[in-house]
Amino acid sequence: MSRYRIPGKGRIDHARPVRFTFDGRVIEGRQGDTVASALLASGIHLMGRSFKYHRPRGVVSAGSEEPNALIGTQRGGPDRFEPNTRATMQEVWDGLTTESQNKWPSLAFDLGAINDRLYMLFSAGFYYKTFMWPKAFWDKVYEPFIRRAAGLGRSPALPDPDHYASRNLHCDVLIVGAGPAGLAAALSAARAGAQVVLVDEHAEMGGTLLSEPQLRIDGAGAWDWLAATLAELSALPNVRLMSRTTAIGYYHENMVGLCQRLTDHLASPPADAPRERLWRVRAKQVVLAQGAIEKPLVFDGNDRPGVMLSGAAQTFLHRFGVKVGDRPVVVTVHDSAWHTAFDLAAAGMKVAAIVDLRNDVAPALVQQARTLGIEPLPGHTVTGTTGRLRVASVRVAAVSGSQVASGRRIACDALLMCGGWTPSLHLFSHTKGSLRWDAETGAFLPDRKTEACQIAGAGRGLWGVAAALDDGAKAGALAASAAGRVAGAGTFAVSGDRPGRGVVVRELPTDGNPGRAKAFVDYQNDVTAKDIRLAVREGMRSIEHVKRYTTNGMATDQGKLSNINGLMIASEALQKPAPEVGLTTFRPPYTPTSFGALAGYHKDDHFEVTRRTPIDAWADAQGAVFEPVALWRRARYFPRAGEDMHKAVARECRAVRSAVGMFDASTLGKIEVVGPDAATFLERMYTNPWAKLQPGRCRYGLLLGEDGFIRDDGVIGRLADDRFHVTTTTGGAARVLNMMEDYLQTEWPDLNVWLTSTTEQWAVVALQGPNARKLLEPLVEGLDLSDAAFPHMAVAECTVAGFLARLFRVSFTGELGFEINVPARHGRALWDLLWQAGQAHGVTAYGTEAMHVLRAEKGFIIVGQDTDGTVTPQDAGLTWAIGKAKPDFVGKRSLMRPDIVARGRKQLVGLLTDDPATVLEEGAQIVADPSKPLPMRMIGHVTSSYWSEALGRSIAMALIEDGHDLQGKTLHVPMEGRTIAARVSGVTFYDPEGQRLKV
Amino acid sequence: MLLIHCPYCEETLPEAEFAYAGEAHIARPADPMALSDEEWRDFLFIRSNPRGTHFERWRHLHGCGRFFNAVRDTVTDKFQMTYKAGLPRPDLSAMKEAAE
Ligand SMILES: [Zn+2]
Repeated sequence: MSRYRIPGKGRIDHARPVRFTFDGRVIEGRQGDTVASALLASGIHLMGRSFKYHRPRGVVSAGSEEPNALIGTQRGGPDRFEPNTRATMQEVWDGLTTESQNKWPSLAFDLGAINDRLYMLFSAGFYYKTFMWPKAFWDKVYEPFIRRAAGLGRSPALPDPDHYASRNLHCDVLIVGAGPAGLAAALSAARAGAQVVLVDEHAEMGGTLLSEPQLRIDGAGAWDWLAATLAELSALPNVRLMSRTTAIGYYHENMVGLCQRLTDHLASPPADAPRERLWRVRAKQVVLAQGAIEKPLVFDGNDRPGVMLSGAAQTFLHRFGVKVGDRPVVVTVHDSAWHTAFDLAAAGMKVAAIVDLRNDVAPALVQQARTLGIEPLPGHTVTGTTGRLRVASVRVAAVSGSQVASGRRIACDALLMCGGWTPSLHLFSHTKGSLRWDAETGAFLPDRKTEACQIAGAGRGLWGVAAALDDGAKAGALAASAAGRVAGAGTFAVSGDRPGRGVVVRELPTDGNPGRAKAFVDYQNDVTAKDIRLAVREGMRSIEHVKRYTTNGMATDQGKLSNINGLMIASEALQKPAPEVGLTTFRPPYTPTSFGALAGYHKDDHFEVTRRTPIDAWADAQGAVFEPVALWRRARYFPRAGEDMHKAVARECRAVRSAVGMFDASTLGKIEVVGPDAATFLERMYTNPWAKLQPGRCRYGLLLGEDGFIRDDGVIGRLADDRFHVTTTTGGAARVLNMMEDYLQTEWPDLNVWLTSTTEQWAVVALQGPNARKLLEPLVEGLDLSDAAFPHMAVAECTVAGFLARLFRVSFTGELGFEINVPARHGRALWDLLWQAGQAHGVTAYGTEAMHVLRAEKGFIIVGQDTDGTVTPQDAGLTWAIGKAKPDFVGKRSLMRPDIVARGRKQLVGLLTDDPATVLEEGAQIVADPSKPLPMRMIGHVTSSYWSEALGRSIAMALIEDGHDLQGKTLHVPMEGRTIAARVSGVTFYDPEGQRLKV
Repeated sequence: MLLIHCPYCEETLPEAEFAYAGEAHIARPADPMALSDEEWRDFLFIRSNPRGTHFERWRHLHGCGRFFNAVRDTVTDKFQMTYKAGLPRPDLSAMKEAAE
């Protein structure tokens, strides 16, 4: 039974036991418990092992700032596993399975703890020092060692079966934090009629009020006041209350991201319920009422299980009815821990002593301690602790000036520390709001704001519930007024408030050697005060460098507990005041957030759109193998029974060269360029001349960037004086249109031209091969298809199979070819009719792979494969496509840039392997002389490489330094285990005279 | 996420509807071939990259499709104003004075 549970106390449901497991052991908690509170109720403090040293660690906090008690949680099947869940936030339910982390073979006996003795290996900068040399050690020694020894938890290995939702929300006032300040702000804003959203990361709203039941507000007990306030707010139609909801990031223009946890606390979630929901809230005003986070104290042995924050002990007592021990000792520099001690004593715990570094503790506190039988020790420090898996004693010593007297031991089973409070300003920091050091409160407080937000309560350094309520009420009224409502701030009569005051310390003074102390600053990353001093000694001057060198504040808790202590110790070592050293930057997310929540609906089939052509279903039914191209899925090849890709592609290529092939070219980008100045516009955009191109003719177009490099290409047909049908590469369509719009709108707004994307309006079927005309001719009306009447590079509007069509005589294969454009809705019907008619002519469907081979046999480039954004027309051997007489076009001036005309540029050439059966690998590097010592200079790489069925050998294209001068030279392609010799050739491998087009 | 005012739609809309398009007020030379290598280099590659006020171009890509100009602070990221393409660079000091 739970020996540390106080019957009837707290806000849990004592009548509803809940059973879950921790490392296989069944733990009984109560409905309303967190894993941490339930374990503590069973007397378990040891909840994990630390990251580097594998030191035993217990729970430190009671909230989302928890650095130590990170557990793996399993919700149902093995695929619902999540590491690094904070035990202080995970609610318990019947059947929940949890496990501790970073231990082997067991939590109580861990072999990795040997790291604790190897301190020098892991001290500050160990990433940069220990594992630097020799290089060969990385693979075999260092990396496996680090992977086994370090790391947090184990990664889930199975796909996440849950789904996640996301929503947008607009409101007048978003309030983050539902403690007294946030609740009071919500009352002010809600009563003024503002649309209010109030969020809190805990299961229950109330914040500090949940841990301070002794308070009375407006004559009611704190918990009754809380219940009445929440009842009033939830009854208002203009208020949305969201618990278990973390504001993870505060972005520009008052957009706040919220992660709402919907099912992790449920034993049986509703079917199909999303696990989490990400909200994007755009608020007119934001009120940050996130309170303050208690600071740990830095002393030797401050990480033993049982050493925890005093405020956490108070929360475990009042909210969960749990005693964190039988005999705690308190160590503090702030009044608040004295009140905690009094509460614990009142609940029946034997508080042995209150150690306070301050000499001038308020006499009333000292008196009350005595009355309760607690030994007050003002002017004392803690110099060490003992206990292996749980703190067993604390060594305390009197301090006078800089002298620390020899100490004495006090037995204890918990040590509750309080180093004061840090305003929680993480979200404020996300907005680049600036902070200023406030000597009075000893904290960084908000200074200059960049967003429409109010900060209320402890976030502004206002301690105590009365101050928080008043400040929150004002902030809520200000926010509502700024959002256009008439608002006033209520006032609250509070009794029993215990605001308290304190001082700021670095490490606690000690009579021991600070160089030997294991005084932890960052629990999660195992960073000690000594590490920070070492970093400064080794030359780190900026706090950002100290942070990265020591990894202080870089763990998943982002230094919520450690940043200020780290800064204080660094500022002392740097001999600079803290405000001058400055804080490191907090960035979203506030707490670790699941990838699922961020991905939302964008997963599996919904990860990105899949564009399908009108002929896609036909290809699918034929058993085509598809490949993604841009966002399209395209048929790559059409294997028949027993064929692999190689065989299928060879057959498809043979069919095109010997009979006729049919190809779905619908994905080609298409832009309709229309207007009186259309030809002038294309003259300026493309390298080629367009003014004299007759209607009914088309031409290959080459598009450069202003820098002279090839951006895109495609055939452009002139349908009328003022109308061009421009085609682009499949992937380049949107880019080309954007570029055209840019020039048209901003450089030449005087041109009268309209640009329209027509990519998806046209279905395109390519017929390629010697039988193409025979197949097509009977289906065409209104056009003479003979070579004389409709030669290569002609375009016409006509009827094909009864459909109005734009017919191009073009060839990307080197064979007689036609591309038939019909409105997309007729694409499938056209394809079916052509397929039917083609049976008599040996028609074969071919895919993108055969298309690539066929075009490579002709030396036609694919932009983006044979070019890479640094290739000019000269480099690609396309100077013939440049209109020499044109005074200007985009990129023309750059073709004369000194570096473009210089020698040594990579130029596109053909490459024929000495062994015709060897097909080079695309991307393979090329060297001139393989006998040179390593590392060899690489002079280029293979851009395209295929087996050419037509030539009965392999062919390749490559970009090679001064390649145009190397015709006939033998170069070398070093591969794993062998070097392949290949001869430089021209790029047109098949039918170089183009005879096959003249039919 | 920033909110951007499209001077053509006259609406303030989320950043996701817009695309950045580089520094503003860099006109393509009327006769590039008349430029020296250095002048052409400056046009192609040299940008101001200031800390603070930056004149830049955006396109209302998923809206009206128009390119327009904006004044944005590179420290706060925020937009100070937007204006139509082709309009001259606004006189910010005069605007500041007028506001005061
Ligand atoms: Zn617009």
